[in-house]
Amino acid sequence: MELIVSVGIGVLAGSGVWLLLRPRTFQVIVGLALLSYAVNLFIFSTGGLRTGAAAILAPGEVGSVTQYADPLPQALVLTAIVIGFATTALLLVVLLATRGLTGTDHVDGRERER
Amino acid sequence: MTAWTDHLLIAPIIVPMLAGAAMIVVGDRWRRLTVTLGLLSTSALLLLAIALLGLADAPAVQVYRLGNWPALFGIVLVLDRLSAVMLFLSAVLGLAAFLFSLGRWHRAGVYFHPLFQFQLMGLNGAFLTGDLFNLFVFFEVLLAASYGMALHGSGVARVRAGLHYITINLVASLLFLIGVSVVYGIAGTLNMADLAMRMRSVAAEDRGLLETGLTVLGIAFLAKAAMWPLGFWLSPTYAAASTPAAAILSILSKVGIYAVLRIWLLLFGSAAGASAGFGGTWLLAGGLLTIAYGSISVLATQSLPRLAGASVLISSGTLIAAIGTGRVAVTSGALFYMASSVLAIGALFLLIELVERGREVGADVLAVTREAFGTGEEDEEFGDKDAVGVAIPGTIAILGLAFLTCALLLAGLPPLSGFLAKFAILAPLLAAGEGAVPATTWVLMAALILSGLATVVAMTRAGINVFWASPQNRAPRVGLVEILPVALLLALCAALTVRAGPVMDYMQAAAQALHAPGSYVQGVLAVPPGEPGGGR
Repeated sequence: MELIVSVGIGVLAGSGVWLLLRPRTFQVIVGLALLSYAVNLFIFSTGGLRTGAAAILAPGEVGSVTQYADPLPQALVLTAIVIGFATTALLLVVLLATRGLTGTDHVDGRERER
Repeated sequence: MTAWTDHLLIAPIIVPMLAGAAMIVVGDRWRRLTVTLGLLSTSALLLLAIALLGLADAPAVQVYRLGNWPALFGIVLVLDRLSAVMLFLSAVLGLAAFLFSLGRWHRAGVYFHPLFQFQLMGLNGAFLTGDLFNLFVFFEVLLAASYGMALHGSGVARVRAGLHYITINLVASLLFLIGVSVVYGIAGTLNMADLAMRMRSVAAEDRGLLETGLTVLGIAFLAKAAMWPLGFWLSPTYAAASTPAAAILSILSKVGIYAVLRIWLLLFGSAAGASAGFGGTWLLAGGLLTIAYGSISVLATQSLPRLAGASVLISSGTLIAAIGTGRVAVTSGALFYMASSVLAIGALFLLIELVERGREVGADVLAVTREAFGTGEEDEEFGDKDAVGVAIPGTIAILGLAFLTCALLLAGLPPLSGFLAKFAILAPLLAAGEGAVPATTWVLMAALILSGLATVVAMTRAGINVFWASPQNRAPRVGLVEILPVALLLALCAALTVRAGPVMDYMQAAAQALHAPGSYVQGVLAVPPGEPGGGR
């Protein structure tokens, strides 16, 4: 499972970085979205990967950290998702404004002269 | 947690938050009410900051535990001298930029005032929090507000620069998250004080990974602080932003510096075991490169807003390099420099618009081009000799004086606080070394002095172009509410100069506490009263 998750994060991050470096604003925003997915998965995985572990202890159970999933990274990833979502939405608005004001979707606001 | 003064700690976050929320409810229709709210909030913040400056001047740090949970379970706000100084700076700059915006800028777009308040809330929160993840949250609050502020007034240039600014900061935020999660994965805590405790006991095989995580975190901070090569976004964004927004954005780069100061000195101080001093050379080298880049761009730039942006770069570089030396006396000098340069750069950003108002668009470029190529206008200008007797209008005289003061402050020339600040950085560099002074010290000294020279050259050239050699210089119409903030900021710099002794003492105490974070760690991790068997 570790291998699958890490390869998944790697593929997401790699595609994200590649798209981020592209000249079109839409590619940049998709790249940012992919990168933030990669980062969110990464945060999630820092709590340790395990299957079928309870989020909290069942009633009457004597607790040990080995029995349940670490709740803190889940709380962190929730916050990160919300914040990332909001800022990406904001960027989308700015992207549309750039498109409207400059008439091009190049990240520099003008086409490169060839 | 009984005295009412304890609750002052959270007030710098609560006050602008409530004010901003109320402003959204009120909306832009009743502008007078919004402005009154903003005025109340910014002045309250200044008073609070002054009170907290006094409160922080104690051997023990002030800790505010939200919900009275012990530090490891709950969220803590921590106030020490460094936080108090930063709060004060942001409050002063906030008040100045707010007053300035009343001139006309706050009508240039919607929701200027609420965004402004949220910006202040994010700044204050970032300065107060004692927890890495809350630092991230407050960073996002202040950045989200700053995206709106940078775009305030709209226009092609702002949107174009804003797109780059937002993208870069989003990437930096992702790096921040990666760093935070690696740190949590290895150390199992995000509380800064607890992290400092655990730095010593990290297993040898995990230490490299933890250091990597903190390095990624550092890259995120240094991108905010605009260290070369992470700082190319700064000049275009600040130059394009509307004036009050640019003034408040100029303290944003100092948030990065603050985070580096706080976390680097806390985690990699002498108590950190094998990791002590990790990355210091990188900070020093990065700071030097930033100074060099800032100096070159200060000389190369043709427009005043970009000149101010380049001054921010120089100031950032100086601070990063000074932190990188890792000496107490140099850090206290750097803190003094930070206070002086934040006020001076804020004043310069505000001043630029007033100065530019009387000039035609593109006059800067024209002036430099004329200097280089000569357009044969000299005969024309020498023609009207009668002009010598004409008195300079009062506004121009005041603006010129303010510009001169800014130039002196930024270049670090006597007699103002800029000079004292640079001296406070340079003197301990030489004094501390018994025997041979290391080569890096000489490089740093040369960089500081040469950057001052570059600033003098650039500011003199700009000043001559603006005030003396400008074709058809009409006296700009400047309202009292616009010149007042500039005067306030410059008067504070003058006060810094006159009262340099007590201020330096304060900064020294702050630097000593930063370099010996024992009391910080103990203060945060102490079990709160009335909480039996808290802690671990």
